[in-house]
Amino acid sequence: MNSTAPRTLYEKIWAAHVVEDRDDGTSLVYIDRHLVHEVTSPQAFEALRLTGRKVRRPDLTLAVPDHNLPTTARRDASGARVPIADLESAAQLAALEANAPSFGIRYIGDADAEQGIVHVVGPEQGFSLPGATIVCGDSHTACHGGLGALAFGIGTSEVEHVLATQTLLLKRSKTMEVRIEGALLPGVSAKDLVLHITGVLGAAGGTGHVIEYTGQAIRDLSIEGRLTVSNMAIEHGARAGLIAPDDKTFAYLKGRPYAPKGEEWDKAVAWWRSLATDAGAKYDKTIVINAADIAPSVTWGTSPEDVLPITGLVPAPESFADPSKQAAARASLEYMGLQPGQPLSSVEIQNVFIGSCTNSRIEDLRAAAAVLRGRAKAAGVKWAIVVPGSGLVKRQAEEEGLDQVFVAAGFEWREPGCSACLGMNPDKVPAGERCASTSNRNFVGRQGPGARTHLVSPAMAAAAAVTGRLTDVRELV
Amino acid sequence: MEPVSTISGRAIPFGRKNIDTDVIISAEWLKTISRDGLGKGAFAVLRQDPDNLFDSAEFKGSPILIAGDNFGCGSSREHAAWAILDLGIKAVIAPSFSDIFSGNAFKNGIVTVVLPQEAIDRLMDVAQTDAVHIDLEAQTVTTPFQDRYSFEIDAFRKHCLLNGLDEVGLTMARGDAISAYEAKASAERPFLVHPA
Repeated sequence: MNSTAPRTLYEKIWAAHVVEDRDDGTSLVYIDRHLVHEVTSPQAFEALRLTGRKVRRPDLTLAVPDHNLPTTARRDASGARVPIADLESAAQLAALEANAPSFGIRYIGDADAEQGIVHVVGPEQGFSLPGATIVCGDSHTACHGGLGALAFGIGTSEVEHVLATQTLLLKRSKTMEVRIEGALLPGVSAKDLVLHITGVLGAAGGTGHVIEYTGQAIRDLSIEGRLTVSNMAIEHGARAGLIAPDDKTFAYLKGRPYAPKGEEWDKAVAWWRSLATDAGAKYDKTIVINAADIAPSVTWGTSPEDVLPITGLVPAPESFADPSKQAAARASLEYMGLQPGQPLSSVEIQNVFIGSCTNSRIEDLRAAAAVLRGRAKAAGVKWAIVVPGSGLVKRQAEEEGLDQVFVAAGFEWREPGCSACLGMNPDKVPAGERCASTSNRNFVGRQGPGARTHLVSPAMAAAAAVTGRLTDVRELV
Repeated sequence: MEPVSTISGRAIPFGRKNIDTDVIISAEWLKTISRDGLGKGAFAVLRQDPDNLFDSAEFKGSPILIAGDNFGCGSSREHAAWAILDLGIKAVIAPSFSDIFSGNAFKNGIVTVVLPQEAIDRLMDVAQTDAVHIDLEAQTVTTPFQDRYSFEIDAFRKHCLLNGLDEVGLTMARGDAISAYEAKASAERPFLVHPA
């Protein structure tokens, strides 16, 4: 490609990271940051050990436990570790705790203030930076694209490849622009926006593409909101999402522990500013969405593409043109226990989960607390928990008194981790019960066997807790 | 990794679209620190049905799976590939795959074959009674009834699969090129190559 031709943000980051192009159309691409957690790394470390290989750049690698960790107290009053009842979880966590120092990797421990969900920790520590290539053995790595990093999830063999070589063999992706024109309406959040995008594109709509989110509604979002949007790029099939870094991004990162300092900082900002997509650059595909069309949204089925405004009705399977989608919708409605034509705002919920790498940052907690202040959860809501994304988010929320708001409303205030986003730790939704959840996946069994998940924003989750049913938060504010 | 050239045998006519990796292997199975033994948990939600294809006398242990659009979407868990492999499946044929799943499958020697929906529909029919044959060298899927479908595969992946090559070892042999990149990037963008 002619170096003076207009280029997209993705093309600029890609070009800056190619170690070498190969004859077969793949490229060896340098990886700037590697985040490691306990679930997808043990087999990679084992392979290194068996082959006598080392970690090439332990200084570019950061390990933190999150998926398996119970969200209850991790140390007792005497400071001793509280044993983890699930022995397999305990073994997996112990493996990371041992592997990190034995390979010289920075490790944040289970009871450290900085511990949290890997995708909350990376940006918060300034480890994730604009223009960087970032990988992690977790599909929601797309999250870091909210800072303007090219970030994507990888499998365990690729984790091993990055540990050993600090590179990956990749094929250049196609580019897609998803442009959100105009401003979001009051009561509509970043989560509603990304749920709406997923509904428009479908669960496979972004396959093979890296999506750049552009337009006024994206520019208007805070960094937390941008991380929420990019986090769910994978739910519409894109390997990665990108949002161009700007002054908000730089203000968010400045002074964070691993962010550049002094002269390096100025140099970094100058380079980051140069990354924005050039005027006249071409995307392979462009989708335009009008922000004014987006309402507070909720999922009704078992794919994140099954999205409707809260004011909508449960769809009839026959309403879909595609026969395989009709069959999928029929199976979804049976699993979800819903009837076609039923108003979504009539669906009663028994559980509320506020947390996950999508929605567990300070703004998310503030938005939920704003709805809950002076209110309490409905009698029909049996279990409501708030799980901050990191120990630092938890501390800040406590300084702002948000924990008191949640506890007064009948929520449990937990320790950071992935929690009820996935059924790997003790936080699960009972079979047959519904959960208004701020997480990212409503797959069959995701929150526990037989659990029924409705994906919503933090404010909508809080509203559902108050009324005991899926609720348009605009009625409560 | 074992070299792969042809895969022949009964193909499980599964056909469902948007099968996510939570369905292929649910989170409770991700606590293992080994790659083995995950077949027991593969498709566990579907296998609660006593009439499921995976445990039927006819299809149990079949080397090929025929699936619908967007197979392997969702989580990046490579456990999904390990679980499928442990069931005895060595190739998956579908109209499309999630990017992460097809990468994970490849790294474990599973061939992912992309064919148009019409071809899938035909193979689903054939699979009810007869075997399906995949030839990686020729890039074809054939049946005993003269059906012949060509598929595309990335040249590097094909080369690695046919020769059973270890990608980590191949890249480590490019260590000098990686060092040269690091030296250049250190000068241009030290803030990326050397965290504060």
